[in-house]
Amino acid sequence: MSLFLFLSFVALLSALGVVLAKNPVHSVLFLILTFFTLSAHYLTLNAQFLAAVNIIVYAGAIMVLFLFVIMFLNLNEDTEPHKPALAKIAAAIAGGSLLLIMVAALRGVQPVGYDANTFNSQVGMVDQLGLVLFKQYSLPFELASILLLAAMVGSVMLGKRETGERNF
Amino acid sequence: MTLETLGWQGLVVLVVFGISLLIATYCTYAERVIAAFLQDRVGPDRAGPFGIVQPLADAVKLFTKEEFFPSGANKALFIFGPCLAMITALMSSAVIPFGNILQFGETAIRLQGIEINVGMLYVFGIVSLGVYGIMIGGWASNNKFSLLGAIRAASQNISYELAMGLALIAVLMMSGSLSLRDITLQQSVPGEWHFWNIVKQPLGFIIFIVCAFAETNRTPFDLPECETELVGGYHTEYSSMKMGLYLFAEYVNVFVASAVMSVIYFGGFNFPFQYELREWLHSAQGLSVDAAQNIIVILGVVTIFAKIFAFIFFFMWVRWTLPRFRYDQLMRLGWTILIPLAIFNILLTGGLITTGIIPEIKQWWVSSPLG
Repeated sequence: MSLFLFLSFVALLSALGVVLAKNPVHSVLFLILTFFTLSAHYLTLNAQFLAAVNIIVYAGAIMVLFLFVIMFLNLNEDTEPHKPALAKIAAAIAGGSLLLIMVAALRGVQPVGYDANTFNSQVGMVDQLGLVLFKQYSLPFELASILLLAAMVGSVMLGKRETGERNF
Repeated sequence: MTLETLGWQGLVVLVVFGISLLIATYCTYAERVIAAFLQDRVGPDRAGPFGIVQPLADAVKLFTKEEFFPSGANKALFIFGPCLAMITALMSSAVIPFGNILQFGETAIRLQGIEINVGMLYVFGIVSLGVYGIMIGGWASNNKFSLLGAIRAASQNISYELAMGLALIAVLMMSGSLSLRDITLQQSVPGEWHFWNIVKQPLGFIIFIVCAFAETNRTPFDLPECETELVGGYHTEYSSMKMGLYLFAEYVNVFVASAVMSVIYFGGFNFPFQYELREWLHSAQGLSVDAAQNIIVILGVVTIFAKIFAFIFFFMWVRWTLPRFRYDQLMRLGWTILIPLAIFNILLTGGLITTGIIPEIKQWWVSSPLG
């Protein structure tokens, strides 16, 4: 329980850091820390595969690209574009209503206990997960893979060199 | 897990940590000696016999140099960069199985830091984090050459991680397990001919070793610190021990990459005729089962380190033989040659497994005293 409290504390603190940091590079680093604490939560739930994949995909690949782009654009306080007041008010209203809905939806939730006699503690292990994914949920799995393939083909099309174009 | 086994396992972790650092230290010496050998020079021979305390002299020099912070640098991140590079480099050796289980009566010591069933994913995750140290350090230096080096490192690592992961998937299809210990034990079955994974995955191994060169930023892929174009790349502005940590992290990465390749493709701590030797020690020499097993385990540790040193030598051999790639050549090699080859390798492996040419792996150690 104390481990959970500590991890949640760090997760919330670093998530706040993402929003409040003035420097975009600091924001990205806080976001990476947030992903690490989420992975630690997965580990405490005995979901090793999910924890490792979360680190590889989010912290290892996507956030490197984020950092890459931010470093390239050299964003800092001086070059920060100032948004009009209307956009700020609209964003505050949209975010506030999302918060309201989430609080309202989660207010009456009762945490469901589990039966210690029948609970399978190995459910998050990679072999169990593979069986569930390829037996029980094989159609959604295949559909998701087709979606990813389509996205990949699209990005290759966008990045392809046009006829006659030379960059170097 | 009892407190006693936990204590032994903690000791193993500390020893692995110490050995990683020691090997990285002597890699700096080995690099110079091998460079001198390949270029027909003498190399470092002043400090101690054969220059054997040269790394200590280097360390003293690095520690006593001036600490320098460039103007306009982000000081916290400037310090954090080399620390992160070193942390991520040292973390991945924790799951490498350096030996089987030593048995002393009731006490069993597993010569592996931690055994988790996602060992390979762990190594892969830590390797993918390794680039942060370089990126943060390069950006915080407030120098365009450093920044260019950092950006090169990022795009290079992301590009080659894909091919590396795809090459590993072919191995996983055969092994059916992500645990590095399982993969090692599968490569040697008692009482029958059984080949190391290199025989079943030659193409995958070539892809993996090329990607390992790119991930550790070694020549011919050391574009992030390309002296001829970028002064010193991401560590242009670094001095003193912070610079030393970056260089050190590179050698630790080389060590870990060599260890991973020995484990996945070259049988790890297995050596030929180990079970026959154990049988001979037990029956002909009259040793107890535990004693015979322990001798095999210790010889296995010697074997894996011999394999690791051979790979480290290969890394250095390539460095002093091949010239550096151009950046667009590097990207073209990664995206248009290695990734299609790796996908082809997956299809080939799948076909060979379906047709039964690659036999199904037996988890033989589950019901064996070795397990």
